[in-house]
Formats: sequence, structure tokens, C-alpha cells
Amino acid sequence: MAKVRGAIVVDIEKCKGCGLCVVACPSKVIDLAKEVNGKGYNYAYMSNPEACIGCANCAIVCPDTVISVYKVKTEANA
Amino acid sequence: MAELKLMKGNEAIAEAAIRCGCDGYFGYPITPQSEVMETLMARKPWEETGMVVLQAESEVAAINMVYGGAGCGKKVMTSSSSPGVSLKQEGITYIAGAELPCLVVNVVRGGPGLGTIQPAQSDYFQATKGGGHGDYRLIVLAPASVQEMYDFVDLGFELAFKYRNPVQIQSDGVIGQMMEKVTVGEFKPRLTDEEVVKRYGSWATTGKTANRDRNIITSLDLDAYRQEQFNLKLQRKYKEIEEKEVRFEKIACEDADYLLVAYGSSSRICQKAIEIAREKGIKVGLLRPITLFPYPTKAIQAMLGQVKGILAVEMSAGQMVEDVRLAVEGKVKVQHYGRMGGVIPTPNEIVKALEEQIING
Amino acid sequence: MDIKDIIKEENLVYSKTKVLTDNVMHYCPGCTHGVVHKILAEVIDELNIQEKTIGVTPVGCAVLAYNYLHIDWQEAAHGRAPAVATAINRLYPEKYVFTYQGDGDLASIGAAEIIHACNRGEKMLVIFINNGIYGMTGGQMAPTTLEGMPTSTSPYGRDVKMTGQPLKITELIAQLPGTCYVTRQAAHTPAAVRKLKKAITKAFDNTGKKKGTSFIEVVSTCNSGWKLSPVKSNEWMVEHMFPYYPLGDMKDE
Repeated sequence: MAKVRGAIVVDIEKCKGCGLCVVACPSKVIDLAKEVNGKGYNYAYMSNPEACIGCANCAIVCPDTVISVYKVKTEANA
Repeated sequence: MAELKLMKGNEAIAEAAIRCGCDGYFGYPITPQSEVMETLMARKPWEETGMVVLQAESEVAAINMVYGGAGCGKKVMTSSSSPGVSLKQEGITYIAGAELPCLVVNVVRGGPGLGTIQPAQSDYFQATKGGGHGDYRLIVLAPASVQEMYDFVDLGFELAFKYRNPVQIQSDGVIGQMMEKVTVGEFKPRLTDEEVVKRYGSWATTGKTANRDRNIITSLDLDAYRQEQFNLKLQRKYKEIEEKEVRFEKIACEDADYLLVAYGSSSRICQKAIEIAREKGIKVGLLRPITLFPYPTKAIQAMLGQVKGILAVEMSAGQMVEDVRLAVEGKVKVQHYGRMGGVIPTPNEIVKALEEQIING
Repeated sequence: MDIKDIIKEENLVYSKTKVLTDNVMHYCPGCTHGVVHKILAEVIDELNIQEKTIGVTPVGCAVLAYNYLHIDWQEAAHGRAPAVATAINRLYPEKYVFTYQGDGDLASIGAAEIIHACNRGEKMLVIFINNGIYGMTGGQMAPTTLEGMPTSTSPYGRDVKMTGQPLKITELIAQLPGTCYVTRQAAHTPAAVRKLKKAITKAFDNTGKKKGTSFIEVVSTCNSGWKLSPVKSNEWMVEHMFPYYPLGDMKDE
């Protein structure tokens, strides 16, 4: 059975930590980091990367367009 | 082909706009200049040259349409009369701040407020000292005949594009409404869109192509240092305009002991006053500023060794006279004579004022 | 499968469109402007009209929108964008002209200009950001501020007896025969953003077909002005703004 795996890359220095991506994600992949970026924002990151399905919802609602989304279809192996 | 036509001053503005290749006129009706748009609408230049003519919802909208058209690198204009030009001041300062070329025609009527529909010259301060906010200048042309109304449209656009600065034709109800014969020039074709891109594509919003960065028409820069640098650049431009673009006319000045300084319709009345004065043995000449900004300061200064006194004649409480005094720096007596509220001075009144305020004053 | 096997060029499904510049937006974290800018840029890219598009920015937070999209721009005086865009549209009828205006700019000081431009049916697109507040000047009352909503100039809440009811200008605009497409959208969820994108695509398509004025209101948040977090602002918008400003098409001809 085909399985979809996704991943996001956040441009950490441009992220303003608004958190809109966190609530937009259907798979609860994203959290705001405890650390801050150069501007003092708690930037978004994948806290649960295994769950990412590459739906791009996070990127679509991101006001600063700091998220790139990758997606692959793989054969489930175990 | 050049031809001779009889027309009103306001009609001459419209005819000149069509013939000089103007791309767009945006206006709003107001007495005593409504014939400008009326003539254009009757002529339907969009069928002839492709020129756009649009009656806007207000003077405010009209001047902002001029902003938009000028930002496209197009040759655009508006016309109005004093209360309407007051409304346009916001747009004019934005146009000056964005360094856009355009033509504004003011057929001046008496104020303040709604005032009167009769002629006046009481908007001199507004036109030459900056009616809107900020340190900016217009190039101000003051026609004294219907022929000059016609000629200054083309000249105005030429100067506007040369300096990327708004130009104002400062006329009045006399010149706007009177009829004279005019030699009209040949048709100059409008620039094609390709020609506009070639000439003004470095700054105008003609559509961002792959070979250049985006063009932005704006007067905003929130960085104080850069905003000051921009203001200094504007001041250098105005200085250059003052050095290169002063225009004036001297009449009967060779042997003059006294000097009248007057522009527009007042200068015509002064010519009759000179005749009357000379019959009485008073040697008086006339200096007529054609550009109100830049002002012919040096031309007045050059007369100072010769004349014993100067009378500035204006249909106002005394506005241009301040620029005469700035030029004269107290070296000879300077007085003002004027009528207000739409009253036009007579030649005899001017001679009397010269005798009472300057010669015997 | 390892993350670095997923993050490869060939697997890229979403990234910043090239019509957006690399400038960091000056907007507050979570501001709706950023989302709408991005959607505009994506539509311009997908329709391949970058070279033909001229935008007009307002006075307000979006005054600097010209820093973010790689297109030609004009920055208009407060409320006058529709007049500026009118001239661009008339002088360059083949271009895609749009204005981008906030509620103070469009519904208050520029009410005359927007009504008349829409009534003339200028072949352009209007993006109207309605967040019920003046953002740039520090959270003052707007014509669209809800009854009872506190702002810095209505600190005890908007008193409609003093200042009138919140203005539903989009409903007014929909009455004008010059408009061909009038819709109210939002950008708070992925689904809303996708719908907004469809609306903007349709509007640009209308512009290309010279059908008339397309008018898109985007009910938006101003979390700084509302003094809520970005996420809470979206919730507040759904709860309070949507009942008064219901989403959906008002006209599609």
C-alpha cells in the first residue's frame, strides 16, 4: 500500500512565530521552538516529522511564505 | 498644417492638448473653465488621436487620475478654477513628491472660499509657494493672451517631462473667457506605447519586463536620511529650473524712469496704462513675468540702477509684490496696486496709483 | 524513510513563487496581508501576467506592498487608489490593473472614489482588506469597526448612536451595474485561502476579458490592533466578524 510522506523546511530567520501553521496542520506536525531566531521569535519547526503528509496547509496559511513543502509516495515497508 | 482660428482661451487649451499629442485629460466642471472639457468632449479626440477624456467624480479624483496617468509615462493633464485647484493640492504635492510630469491649468477666479466666478489673480501664493504640504515647487506659466494659452500647453508638457515636475498654467477668468485669433500648430502624434517604454521605461509603470526591476511610483520613504537626500535632490532640480527656465517680457523699458510689474491679464491693462502715462510725460515701462516660478528676479534687479520706483499691479491684495520686494531688497520704492473679488482695474486707476504711490508718494 | 530523502528538489510541492520578492514583510506576525499578498503573487505567476500587471497600493499598512511583489506599482494618496487605477486602466487597456486597499482607505476617506470607479465599471480588480480597524496609525476606529468593538478612538467600544453602524460597503458595491463580480472571502484556514485564490483568479480573468470591476473583500484580522494572538484573532473573526460580514459571492455575472 502506498504511503505519503512529507516534510517541511522553515526559513527560520524569516519566521515570525505567529503559530498559524501550527493550527493549520491536520497531523499536528508543527510546534513553535523554545529557542528563538535572530529577531527573537519562537520559530516553527517539525516536532513530529513522521506524521507529515506534505499537504502544504501550513505553507498556504503562512503570512510570510517561509515554509517549503516536500512530498513523496513510498511503498509501506513494515 | 498651421492655421489661424478664432477661439476662447479655454478652447485654446483644449485644442492645444489635442494637437500636441496629449494622452489624457481628467477634469471636473467649474466656472470659468468648463469650456476646456466641453470643447474636448465635443471634439471627441479619442476618435482622432486616441486621447482619453474623462469627467471625474471630483477634482480630487481628477488630479489622482492625472497621478496614475503620469505614473504610466503618459502625457496627462487636468484643468480647474481656484476652488477646484484647492481640492487638487493633495494630488499635486503627491505628484511633485513622486516626481511625475503633468500639466495643471488654473483659470483663476476670486476667493477666498466660493468667492466669485469673476477673474482674479489671488492664487499666486498657492501656485508659486506650494499650495500643498512639503518643500516642493511647480513650474508656473502665466499666459497673457489666447495665443499663449495655446502655446503654453505644449511648452508646459515639454518642461514637465524635462524636469519630471508638475507644471501649472496660471491663467484667469479674463484670458480663459476672451476670444482672440490663434495660430494653431500642426498635429504632433501621441507617443506609442513602445515609444513610452523607450523614453520613460526606466521609471514609469509600463509593466515590469524581465530585463528590468519593478518600477515604483511613490513619494514615501520612511528613512529620514534618505528622505532628506531626496528633498535635497528636489531642491537641486528647482535651482536648475531657476537658472535655466526664467521667462519674461519687457515693454517700453529702454528709457523708463518707473516700472510696472504685472502678469497675465493685468499686464495687458498695464500696457494701456503705459500709453496714458507717457502721454502725460511719465516714462514708465512694464516687466511681465511669464514664469511665476521661476521668478524673473534677476531681470528686475537689472532695472534697479535705472528706475526710481516700481508698482506691482495684480488682481489680488498683493501677493506677487512680495517677490518683487525680495528681488529689490529695499533699493527702490515698491508699491502694490490691485483690485479684488473679481473687479478688474482700469488703466487710469493704474496711472493714478503710479502717480500717488510712487512718483509723489 | 529519512527526512533528507524527502527534502529533495524533485519532491518539492510548495514554495515561494518568484513573483514574491525576498524582502521580509513589515507586517506583524500572523497578519492577513501576508497571506493575501502571497495569493496575489501566486495567481499573477500562474496566469503568467507579471509583465502586464500594475498594482496600486493604498495608505495604511499595505502602503509598502510594492516591496513584496515583483510587478510595477503606484502608491496612491489615502483613498485615491481607484482614481489612480482608473487612469492606468484607460491609458493601458491591455494591462491588468488592481488596487489593494484597507477599510479606512476604501470605505472611509476613499468612499467616493471606489463607488465611482466601480460604477464606471473600470476593468480592474479591487482587493479590499476589512479588519475593522486602522492598523498603521495604531488601532483607531474604522467605518467597518463592529458595534461595541473597542479601538483607540472608541476605547469603550463603538457607539453606533455616535458613529453609525459598521458600513457594509461591499453590499453597496454589489448594487452597482459596473461591477461584474463581488465576493466576500477570508484567509484564515487552508480551505478559505484556496477559495480566495479561486476568487482572485476569476477576478483577473474578468479583467482580461474586460468584463467590468471585480471586487473582493477579504475579512481579515489585525491581531495587534485587536490585542489578541494571531490564532485567537482568527477565532474572534469567525465568531464576531463573519456574522456581520458573511462570506460568499454577492454577484457573479
